[in-house]
Amino acid sequence: MEYLQNILFAIALVLGIAFFTRNVRRLARNIKLGKEVDLSDNASTRWRNMAMIALGQSKMVVRPVAGIMHVIVYLGFIIINIEVLEIIIDGLLGTHRVFAFMGGFYDFLIASFEVLALLVIVAVIVFWLRRNIIRLQRFIKPEMKGWPEKDGNLILYIELVLMILFLTMNASDLQLQQLGAPHYNEAGAFPVSQFIAPLFEGLSIGTLVLIERSAWWLHILGILFFLNYLYYSKHLHILLAFPNTYYGSLNPKGQFANLESVTREVRLMMDPSADPYAAPAEDAPPPEKFGASDVMDLKWIQLLNAYSCTECGRCTSECPANQTGKKLSPRKIMMDTRDRLEEVGRNITANKGNFVEDGKQLLDDYISREELWACTSCNACVEACPISIDPLSIIMDMRQYLVMEQSAAPSDLNSMMGNIENNGAPWPFNQMDRLNWASES
Amino acid sequence: MSNEINVPTMASLFAEGKEPEVLFWVGCAGSFDDRAKKITKAFVRLLNKAGINFAVLGTEESCSGDPAKRVGNEFLFQMQAVTNIEILNGYGVKKIVTACPHCFNTIKNEYPELGGNYEVLHHTQFLKQLFEEGRLSLEGGSFKGKRITYHDPCYLGRANDVYEAPRELIRKLDAELVEMKNCKKRGLCCGAGGAQMFKEPEKGDKDVNIERTEQALETRPDIIAAACPFCNTMMTDGIKNKEKEASIAVMDITELLARAADL
Repeated sequence: MEYLQNILFAIALVLGIAFFTRNVRRLARNIKLGKEVDLSDNASTRWRNMAMIALGQSKMVVRPVAGIMHVIVYLGFIIINIEVLEIIIDGLLGTHRVFAFMGGFYDFLIASFEVLALLVIVAVIVFWLRRNIIRLQRFIKPEMKGWPEKDGNLILYIELVLMILFLTMNASDLQLQQLGAPHYNEAGAFPVSQFIAPLFEGLSIGTLVLIERSAWWLHILGILFFLNYLYYSKHLHILLAFPNTYYGSLNPKGQFANLESVTREVRLMMDPSADPYAAPAEDAPPPEKFGASDVMDLKWIQLLNAYSCTECGRCTSECPANQTGKKLSPRKIMMDTRDRLEEVGRNITANKGNFVEDGKQLLDDYISREELWACTSCNACVEACPISIDPLSIIMDMRQYLVMEQSAAPSDLNSMMGNIENNGAPWPFNQMDRLNWASES
Repeated sequence: MSNEINVPTMASLFAEGKEPEVLFWVGCAGSFDDRAKKITKAFVRLLNKAGINFAVLGTEESCSGDPAKRVGNEFLFQMQAVTNIEILNGYGVKKIVTACPHCFNTIKNEYPELGGNYEVLHHTQFLKQLFEEGRLSLEGGSFKGKRITYHDPCYLGRANDVYEAPRELIRKLDAELVEMKNCKKRGLCCGAGGAQMFKEPEKGDKDVNIERTEQALETRPDIIAAACPFCNTMMTDGIKNKEKEASIAVMDITELLARAADL
């Protein structure tokens, strides 16, 4: 019985990590459904971008209030993880505050965790107010109805509970230390929880140990739950922001990807020695589909983008189409892509590794044509994203499918394209009149 | 104001065995749109004044392919690009200047992968260089005391990070440059990009150009400066919609400079 707690802890830890590993594998499998694209170039620039944008949060502070609050919660998350490491070691070995041998430095660490925990509680409350009382526009757009709205609040509740448990644990620990309880050696400094400790005055050592142990267990179980909640939540960004910023585009935002398959055909058309009637070679691959109508037609980086999106809505609030009441919302493009990808992933899991046609696709079933045609390609969404997501590239790939596979452009655009084909300008002017302006008064 | 402008074509220079310092890529709007043609001519007057040895392609120029690419017609885009590149490379063009940010972006960023490698400048960058090199100068201040707000074209600003060249030119006018609440990286689109210029907008509460015009009006400007023929059209429409065309002018930076130089 002596080791019961250690064994239970080890089981919880292994189960938590195993379930998390399973989800990470599914995540990787789903992202790999995307088309190949080589982004292994310019490693040093990419590392720098990741350090600046993900670690340094350089784009978060463009909006100072949300940005600074986010930095606090983020620092709290990262730094309190050192405490989690101690909890894991204590849990496995049955020790108590195993890092206490660091002496003064340990006191400093615990003290800073406590201050951060308090700041996190403040930030989380402010975030909650912004979502639920102030009701900022970008948090109540149509695509946020239902699960996304609940998800956003749930994360705040989890963080709040975790921080309160952490402080309760320390407060009861402090009380036990002062009572000279066995096993509870004096260690740590408690600038915040010392104000909670008086609540526990007069309680017996047994009760205090029960409170301390309960808080300790709930805290670590909460963390393991949170780890596994990530996959089902917008909160996946705390992990994926790093690869996402690393693989983010290094080109000028105006440079849209070149479609290789089209380049080959155009070269063939321009080659005077090519035989227009030649049958394709026996071993020629089937012609590639142009553009994207479903998630498998997108590149893996676009799918990674979708999983990384934290639904903050900065893209949508900067989008000129959305600002003027059009249906397009770049955030919805990312959320739809993730939802459809998850649906395809579940299909593959259910069918033992093979995708079985389900009669659905990203186009029309998730993203409407009206949304796609409302985009001005202004790159405001790309600029606004704090973690280098590119909703515009998905919109463009889907337009390519509509135009090149389906000839389904709005009729005005068909006239424009006809004009370019026939007379080299989007309007019906004769190319031979191109220089007339020079002689007109 | 002199109407005499000198516009040599690439073909005529080539026939004489000469090579221009820079090719002026006029673009479809600059060639055909009545409002944009004025911008083209203002730019040519400045080039003539600075004594720049330039040429245009004239009837050999064709759409850069930008609207086709943004619509999703990669095939049409590449056909246009490859045809243009063949002509540009045939003349051995090395440096291109254009008054259209869409042509600028496409030729600069999307032609290289298809075999077209040139030094490409937007006209505001080119004019800024001419001032720096002392080949152009301004005296007097016909815009002194005027409030000018500058609308960043998406394809010049966010797409290519060119924010300062147009502003530096405006500062030369001795006028007061007033920024809109959304400017530079956070500049709001005029509503024409992504081939929206050529179609009706989707259903919504208002048009994008009206929203942008309202932002411009908040700065109480005398002049809205543009640097793109499409932005110019959209902002001009916005000003007309607000019935302010009598008091507020929408002008390309080139036109402001040409007027300041009495051209």
